[in-house]
Amino acid sequence: MNTATASFGKSLFELLSSMRFAISLLSILAIASIIGTVLKQAEPYNNYVIQLGPYWFQVFEKLGLYDVYHAAWFLVILTFLVASVSVCIWRNAPNFAREMKSFREQVSEQSLAAFKHKHEAVTAHSPESLAAQAEAYLTGQGYAVKRVARDDGLLLAAKAGKWNRLGYFLAHAAIVLICIGGLMDGNLVFKAQQLLGMKKIETRDIPQSEVPAISRLSPDNPSFRGSVQIPEGSSADVAFLNVADGYLVQDLPFTVALKQFRIEHYSTGQPKSFESDLEIFDRSGKKIREATIAVNHPLIHDGIAIYQASFADGGTKLSLRGWNLFASQAATFEVDGVVHQNTTLTSAAGDYTLEFTDFRPFNIENVGGEIDTGRDAMAVLGGSPVSDNKHLRNVGPSFQYKLRDARGQAREYSNYMLPMQLDDRWYMMSGVRETPNEAFRYLRMPLDASGSLDSFMRLRGALMNPDLRPEIAARFARQALPENAWNTEIEDKLKFSASQVLALFATGGFQALSGFIEARVPEAERDKAAETYLRILELSAFEALQIANRLDKQPPPAANDATGWLVRDTLNSLSDMFVYGAPIYLQLMQYDEVKASGLQLTRSPGKSVVYFGSLLLTLGVFFMFYVRERRVWIRIKPGHALLAMSAAKHTLDFDKEFAQHAQALDTLAK
Amino acid sequence: MEIALNQPAPLFKRLTWFDWLFAAIVAGGLLFALSRYGEFMDIYEKAILLAAIPSLAAFGWFWKPFRVLFIAVGALSLVAIGQYDGDLGRMEQAFLLKYLISSQAAIMWMCALFLLATVTYWAGLLARSDFLNRTGTAMVWVAVTLGFVGLMVRWYESYLIGPDVGHIPVSNLYEVFVLFCLITSMMYLYYEARYQARQLGGFVLIIISAAVGFILWYTFDRGAHEIQPLVPALKSWWMKLHVPANFVGYGAFSIAAMLGVAYLLSARGILASRLPKPEVIDDIMYKAIAIGFAFFTIATILGAMWAAEAWGGYWSWDPKETWALIVWLNYAAWLHIRLVKGLRGPMLAWWAVVGLFVTTFAFIGVNMFLSGLHSYGEL
Ligand code: HEM
Repeated sequence: MNTATASFGKSLFELLSSMRFAISLLSILAIASIIGTVLKQAEPYNNYVIQLGPYWFQVFEKLGLYDVYHAAWFLVILTFLVASVSVCIWRNAPNFAREMKSFREQVSEQSLAAFKHKHEAVTAHSPESLAAQAEAYLTGQGYAVKRVARDDGLLLAAKAGKWNRLGYFLAHAAIVLICIGGLMDGNLVFKAQQLLGMKKIETRDIPQSEVPAISRLSPDNPSFRGSVQIPEGSSADVAFLNVADGYLVQDLPFTVALKQFRIEHYSTGQPKSFESDLEIFDRSGKKIREATIAVNHPLIHDGIAIYQASFADGGTKLSLRGWNLFASQAATFEVDGVVHQNTTLTSAAGDYTLEFTDFRPFNIENVGGEIDTGRDAMAVLGGSPVSDNKHLRNVGPSFQYKLRDARGQAREYSNYMLPMQLDDRWYMMSGVRETPNEAFRYLRMPLDASGSLDSFMRLRGALMNPDLRPEIAARFARQALPENAWNTEIEDKLKFSASQVLALFATGGFQALSGFIEARVPEAERDKAAETYLRILELSAFEALQIANRLDKQPPPAANDATGWLVRDTLNSLSDMFVYGAPIYLQLMQYDEVKASGLQLTRSPGKSVVYFGSLLLTLGVFFMFYVRERRVWIRIKPGHALLAMSAAKHTLDFDKEFAQHAQALDTLAK
Repeated sequence: MEIALNQPAPLFKRLTWFDWLFAAIVAGGLLFALSRYGEFMDIYEKAILLAAIPSLAAFGWFWKPFRVLFIAVGALSLVAIGQYDGDLGRMEQAFLLKYLISSQAAIMWMCALFLLATVTYWAGLLARSDFLNRTGTAMVWVAVTLGFVGLMVRWYESYLIGPDVGHIPVSNLYEVFVLFCLITSMMYLYYEARYQARQLGGFVLIIISAAVGFILWYTFDRGAHEIQPLVPALKSWWMKLHVPANFVGYGAFSIAAMLGVAYLLSARGILASRLPKPEVIDDIMYKAIAIGFAFFTIATILGAMWAAEAWGGYWSWDPKETWALIVWLNYAAWLHIRLVKGLRGPMLAWWAVVGLFVTTFAFIGVNMFLSGLHSYGEL
């Protein structure tokens, strides 16, 4: 080795083992760790593109910021830390080990006299007798004492707290161990294989069985952490590992089957437990084991731990009744669907794809009411901790779907199966939103006295039907005018207005009416005009309901408040339909629920290493903090004693103890 | 001569009759709890309860005032349980419960006393009045007693709401804030007595008052004091160990930060003549960070073990986990800075103060701003 490399090696050694470098590393690691908590990790890459824009997306990707904690530069920092700790141990080991054994009895009198903590005493006792007493004293204080004869007297060299040094070894070696354990469970092997072109991330959305071998990991893979979703009654023999913008398929050495998934609820409706009844089969199909897992209660089989991680719908079968919202009739059609599958709907307006995305058997909603904290005098003391959950209610099943038109545009819908009571009236609710981050906006369709949508749909059909408009307008005008005004110009005018209002409303709801008013009526008269139009609309709608009932051979609607509300709600609902974005409404009639359980499967050989390291770390830290390393020397000569004390760390305890020893020496020397 | 030499006597000779009585009460009380409520515990929880007997006894022997605290909390909690007699409705009828020792009343008294103690300590500091300082100390003791009674009774109340709802009150932000106040003030009381440093009370109590402010806001604005059943992820005996260990860490780091403030003020000559000597402040700061670091290490390890059981991996780089690591690294750096000559003094004090921001972010900032797997409290 030439001198240049030797000196380079030496300065690297110096740097790595320097405390300032260690402090810098700890700080840098802390700061680097922040990044991954601020930027959400391992999201689908599309989300990042949307969030960052294409340019920064690429920069961030180059920097590995979507998986910071496995990025090369992060591993480099960690490697430096491990190197630094190792070099540090290497450097201190010989010294510390010697110190643990040594009493440092060679110390010279001059150097003792130069100690900051020293105390002298005169004595009438003989050196031997004082030494015996002092030795007994120090032993009593927990010191190991060595007595050495010196030419003119003797020296007591005492030490205590050698485990402090041991603590240093334990704690710092533990850091290395924990990092090694973590590395064993990391994805280094895969990264190497990926670099060598032996493995490749799969990014296509294809059936698992078609994923090629280059994107599959063998059952012998020593460490992995994957997940898989299994519907009730099905099984899986692979797990999926999310990597970067794709995934890998991990073949399992066994097959897991899900018999049943259960959710239990508290009386308030919050979930209480998630459990899966599993069966494990070996590769030949023989059942080896049955077990129930739950959150916090995994099953460990063949070195692979199986956890209850999540749940989802596993393909619930839905029977739906559909209405064509803009048709002039109230006719219905039937649709069957399965969650996670698609169906095509053919309509006059073109083809639609129905994508069923989810089904929920329960929905706990806060139905009205503010939280009232504390009711009486108790309020002063903070109110009762007993929560009243009277506003929380299970509003029953709901299902979600996307309706995609021929151009590929989709909106998402969420329909409740059961009616909901709002302001003392009952409605069917259907929510719609354009993007997943929005809240659903609800279309409320009123139920009639018999609790069905029929009246609403009938009235809706009648109002959409241009052929009925003359009759509606005529009946409205007759109802609105006294008999002597019939067949006059006023009646014609009224009929015309009613037809116009109905036609406008049927093309765009209230929005169309107000647009019309804004275009035609001077500003000062708009409010009045709006009121008039609304009145016309409501009364005409009531007539429309009469006609619709007659045509459908139903008894005429009662002229009461309930009908009034039905008409008003129908108008509101109809108006909302123009922004509902779908030409149909789907009502859930029946379902056959199939749940799926999300399992996480891990094999982590590094775990025991990490745990062992953690144990050492804990022990080491306690030894370093709570075993105080200190040394005492008492140099005794005839008539004179000198006490000196030192410690690696000076704390107030040390000063206190020194004072105590000094006082003890005085007492003994007397 | 032995007394003059301060020779330590063997442990068992140093114990007084009261020490033994205390140990007997601890053992009796916990064994009674085991026999009475054992059916609600799994094997691990029973083990934790049994291990608590020697731990609590040893802790009382180590820190004598704890014996009185323990007995007072136990007695008051039993009175409260007796008053309830299995009927939650008694909360609003029984005078004692309504105004003093139902969980909520006790916790509100705790809050009030902490605020009062803060004012008293500051008055004592400014007026150099030992009497006021002692009054502050007394208030903190009463506050701690009532706070623990509040938590114990809350534990009982949760089972009255429903046997399946009942759980140890360390499961949501509201409960852990109460725990934070209690642990922080207990640690402070220990240092205060050990270092004769009552003048520091005003500083430490500021951070406790801030927590009290949060509790009050959270109670009145959000109704967070309501007992809610546990989500499945939190139903684990690990919680009983992980959460308290964490809060020893948070509490200790907060104390250290406030002492850092005192140190820095005193270094600039502000209040210097009223505060303990800088070496003393520095020493307590080190002690606090040491115990905090040790417990935070344990808490993080326990958290990792729990995660391994609940989420399928001991380390997922979840934001809460990562921030725990950041806090831990921060104080590891602090401890090493202390070992470098020339970096001590104000630098360390500043670092401790900044550490409080890091700690606070890990404690509540993560819940407020970041999402992750930790589900015990969202703001
Ligand atoms: C995550 C990393 C580390 C942790 C958790 C850690 C932890 C600790 C702790 C708790 C102490 C005791 C401090 C005290 O008693 O006040 C300590 C002391 C020490 N550490 Fe570290 N340390 C780490 C990294 C390092 C590195 C990288 C070095 C090497 C440059 C180092 C060198 C030392 C030395 C020399 C001591 C003093 C031992 C003594 O004199 O008693 N540490 N460490």
